[in-house]
Parts: sequence; structure tokens; C-alpha cells
Amino acid sequence: MSLNRMVIAAAAAAAMTAFLWGCKPKTTAVTVAAPVTGTVRVCYIPKNTGNPYFDAVNNGFTQASSALHFKYTEQAPATADATDQIPIIQQQVQDGVNVIAISPNSPEALDPAIRAAEQHGVRVITIDADLTGSEQLRSACVLPTDFNKLGASQIELIGSLMGYTGDFAILSATTDAPNQNAWIAGMKVALKLPKYAGMHLVEIAYGNDDPQKSLLEAQSLMTKYPHLKGILSPTTVGIAAAAQAVETGGAAGKVQVTGLGTPNQMRRFVLDGTVKKFALWDPAQMGYTAGYLAYGLARGTIHPAAGVSFTAGTEGIRVFGTNNVISNGPLMVFNKSNIGQYHF
Amino acid sequence: MKLKGIRWSHQFTLLLLIAVAFLVSVHMSRHFLDPAYLLTATTNFVETGLMALAMTFVILLGEIDLSVASNLALTAALSGVLWAHFGWPLPVACMVGLVVSAVAGLANGLLVTRLKLPSLTVTLGSMALLRGAAQVLIGNQSITGFPDWFAGVDQRVVGPFPAITLLLLVAAVAWWAVLTRTIRGRMTQATGANRAAARLSGISVEAITVRVFMVSGLMAGFCGLIMMSRVGAARWDMAQGRELDVITAVVLGGTDIAGGEASIPGTMLALILIAVMRTGMGLAEINPETQHVAVGILLAASIAIPNLLRMRNGQKAQPAK
Repeated sequence: MSLNRMVIAAAAAAAMTAFLWGCKPKTTAVTVAAPVTGTVRVCYIPKNTGNPYFDAVNNGFTQASSALHFKYTEQAPATADATDQIPIIQQQVQDGVNVIAISPNSPEALDPAIRAAEQHGVRVITIDADLTGSEQLRSACVLPTDFNKLGASQIELIGSLMGYTGDFAILSATTDAPNQNAWIAGMKVALKLPKYAGMHLVEIAYGNDDPQKSLLEAQSLMTKYPHLKGILSPTTVGIAAAAQAVETGGAAGKVQVTGLGTPNQMRRFVLDGTVKKFALWDPAQMGYTAGYLAYGLARGTIHPAAGVSFTAGTEGIRVFGTNNVISNGPLMVFNKSNIGQYHF
Repeated sequence: MKLKGIRWSHQFTLLLLIAVAFLVSVHMSRHFLDPAYLLTATTNFVETGLMALAMTFVILLGEIDLSVASNLALTAALSGVLWAHFGWPLPVACMVGLVVSAVAGLANGLLVTRLKLPSLTVTLGSMALLRGAAQVLIGNQSITGFPDWFAGVDQRVVGPFPAITLLLLVAAVAWWAVLTRTIRGRMTQATGANRAAARLSGISVEAITVRVFMVSGLMAGFCGLIMMSRVGAARWDMAQGRELDVITAVVLGGTDIAGGEASIPGTMLALILIAVMRTGMGLAEINPETQHVAVGILLAASIAIPNLLRMRNGQKAQPAK
């Protein structure tokens, strides 16, 4: 390419860029959301489609919608790409929906679309994950459980299984997973309580949420500590791998496995007695609560603010915390008698 | 002459399909026929459209560039990191991002021409490499908080028209002019049609191939900046899988996947068709899986029908490559 041509190309590119970023932004008239008097319409946008976890949230919403008689739809993006939820938000706004409930794939990438939705008088609530840093853009948020209490409840779970005495180990995900580390910190605090004085945390192993590595870590824990009485794994990959290791090692009953798992993954181990009980939040409850919240927002009967409470049908009272966050109920404990009712 | 006739009729078919898709959308949702909304909705397809223009040239040469969406993400990630973590002025950071995107495209072109590697393999590799590099750079977090002058480029308007949509139209005209009205464009067409013959007539086939890959990379990088501004964030997983949308638009537009024949108006019409279908089906709350199926059927039909036409005209069907 000759110099002249390069100059022309560069000039064209510069002109293009100047044009693009030089234009004035569109001004939008802001519509304030007024209480809905007709049929309330709510749409839920999960992170992706075909995910049993979000299917359960969807079931909760459906229950709430049949109890309160609002029109409910679910619109799932095909992939969990950060930008795939944007056109769905725009379409729902255009379609005249009253409340959009969303489990955001990426908090920040959705900010402009959510801001535009609010400007059109559509209320937005977040579920399962929040718009961290841009909380002012949505009306309220429903989180699965109070994560500050999670560590302590996990210690109680493993303690009750091993009679509150003996050696146990933790099988975590990666060394730098923020959730895991926060929960493990909570566990260590709980262990200082007199009730758990007979329990000794011998090691924290990291399986990187990789089934194969988690299995190897669990097996090596059992070899290294012959008196090990329990493995606590607050991650769904780890708990399944630990259960596998105990089952194939013939240590069922000797080494107790518990932590956070999904009923679908753990069903086999619970039914054959390898795992007695484990915990997780119930995503359906979360969807149910969010359904009541969405309806109340649309009707103008719920005004979110810290300390304000409302009744979420059969789930009972829910209270807004800081940033209008609702922590849904305590963890659900799954065992042989109830696991058949859960499919996620 | 005959081939030209088929191409014309393919564009005519696309126009008819757009009309049908439009009418069906109007019928399915009473909110579809709202010019303000439709104009806003076009901004979601600008990146795909710009990359499809460059991809039309790549496919014209009988090559493929699977790395465009990854290149987009890397450019956004790199520019974002230089600005946010190293304190570089944003315009400089963006320029560096663009240069890197062009270099990545150049590397694709050189590997294809110098080492005689198939572009499918080369760009499959760079697709993983560039995406991986973006992930290493930025980790599982977002870079946000761009200044007002940069953020929200899709919100900029000229009258009622979004500026980036106008830019896509201008770019399409420019691309069409290059392809059909310049010597370089003709040489690219000749190379795509018959590489050996083009080389014998003194065309530097390698130089053209390298340049086309470089432009494809640069265009992807530019789209990375647009997307970063549009969504107000840079992430490693931006536009994941978008290369397939881009290739779909090109092939549906009548560009022969085996090379040799390309149509810029066809690419644009195909993009409009996909945009109308997706927007209409989305408004009618048809789930994304069904949307994929509909676009997929359309793509398969768009490849099968010309072959059937050729067979009916007594010509040999083109084997799929």
C-alpha cells in the first residue's frame, strides 16, 4: 500500500470514529412506573436455557403467578454470554411488561439496558446474583440465602454427622474463589465455639471444581488421615467427588461426606447410604419469593427500603436488608426421605 | 451470465423472505411495528454486520476466519486493561487495541500463505489463543466506568437514526465499491475464483490473502471497541460464538463457501433478514432455541436451493467443501 493510500485510509478511519463518537446521545423521556391496575405482567430472564437450577426458579415463579393471577413468562438466552440478555430486556420493555426479573450474566454489561428499561417505567429486580456496584439501577434483589451464616450452618451439618468429635477435612474449589474463602472463614469462626471443641480441621484441600482433581484430593485425604471422620465440601463438584471417593474406597459410614450439592448429582449417593444429608438453597423458593415481590412492586403495595417487610405467600415474611437485598430462607437439608421431591 | 442470474435471484429471494419475515412479525406481535424500537434494535446487529463485510472477502477467497469474535474480545480486554489498570489515556489504549487486532489478523494471513496451512485450522487455533489471552488479561471480572464521551455509542443519533447503524450502511457501500469498482477488488474476486489462473495473470495471491485477513482482524478489533462502548464493559467472554452468526450472514447472503463468488448486498440483506427474524421472534416470546432452528433451516435451504437450481439448469451440483 502506498503512503498516499495509507494516509487516505487513516483519514477515513479517523473521520469514521469522530463521526461515531461525536454524535449527540439520544434524549429519552423518563416514564415513572405507576401502580398497575390491569393485569400485571412479569418476565423472568435466567442466565441461560436448559439449566435445571433456573428451571426450578421458574417453577417457583409459576407457583406465585397462579396464586396471585399475574401473567408470567420466562425468556432464556441460549448462551450465558454477557451480552445475550440485552436484546431480551429490550424486547420485554417493548412488549410492555411491568416487571423484569433477571439473573444477570454480567452485572456491568447490562447496566445500559436496565437503565433504559427503568426509564420506560419497567421495574427491574435481580435474582440469584446482583448488579454489584450498580444496585441503584434495580428496585430490589433476591439472593438464595444469608451467605454470612452459611459457614456456621455447614459446620453444624458435618458436626451432627460425626458426633461433634474427631478429624475432618474441607474439600474446596480453587484457592482464590471469593465465595468459598468467605464461607471457609465463617467455618473457622464457628469452630471456635465450645460446641465444636472436639472437632479438628486437619486440612483444606482444593479440587479446583474439577471432578478428576477433586476425586484425587478426596482419596489422598483418606489415605493421609486414617482416622478421618468427615469431608466437608461446600462446592457441588467437590461433594460429588468426595462421595465417589468414599463409595469406591468402601469407607461409607466411616467417613461422612456433606456440604453443598444439588439433589440431581447427589441422589445416587443418598439413596445408597454413602451420604446421609447435605444442604443447598432451594431455587424454587427464591423464584416464589421473587414472584410475590414482583407483583407487589407492580401493584405499588411493596416499597423496598431497608427494614421494610412483606409476606411472600406460604414462605412467610421477607425483610429487605441493605441495598434492598432480600436473603431468602435458610439452607434446605436434603436426605433420603425428601430428595425424591427435588429435581435440579 | 447464468451464474449472475442466479445471484440476482438469490438476492430477490432474500428480499421476499425479509418481506415475509416482516409481515409475520407484525402479525405475531402488535409491538413490532414501532419505528423507534426497530431503529434501536438494529444497534444489536452492527458488530455482526461490520465483521460480516470483512468476512465476505475472506470467504470470497475460499478461506474462513473463525477468530473474529475472539479478536473482538481481546481488543476490548486489552484496551480496557491498558486504560483501567495501567492508566493509559483511553484513545491511546484503544489505538493499541486496534493495532493488536490487525497484527492478529496479519498473523492469521501469514500462517495461511507462508506455511500453506488451511485457514480453518489456523483460525481455529487463533480463536482459542485470542480468547485465552483475553481471559488471562482480564480474568473473570469486568472493566467498567468508562467516561461519558466513550460509553453508550449505540445511543448516539443523527436525527432518528442510530449513528452506528448509519456507519454500517456507509461501510457496506464502501465495501461494495471496493469489491466491484476497484482493481484490487477485481483481483480479489479473480483470486477467489481461480487461484492458479490469478497467479499466472500476475496477481500477488499471497499479498491479497494476507491483506484480507488483516482487515478482517482490524474490523473485529473495531467492533470490540464498539461493543465495549455499547455495553459499557469489557469482558473476556464478550461475543462468544458470534463468529458463527457472522459466517451465517455471509453464506446466507449468497457468498459461495467454496470461494469465487461474493455479494456485499447479499450479506447485508441476509443480515437484515436475520435481524428481522430474531427481533420479531424475540418480541413474540419464541425461545432462542427455536430462533436458532429457524435461522439454521434458512441457512441450510440457502445452500441447498442454489444447488438444486443448478441441477435443474443441467449444470453439475457443487460439492460441499
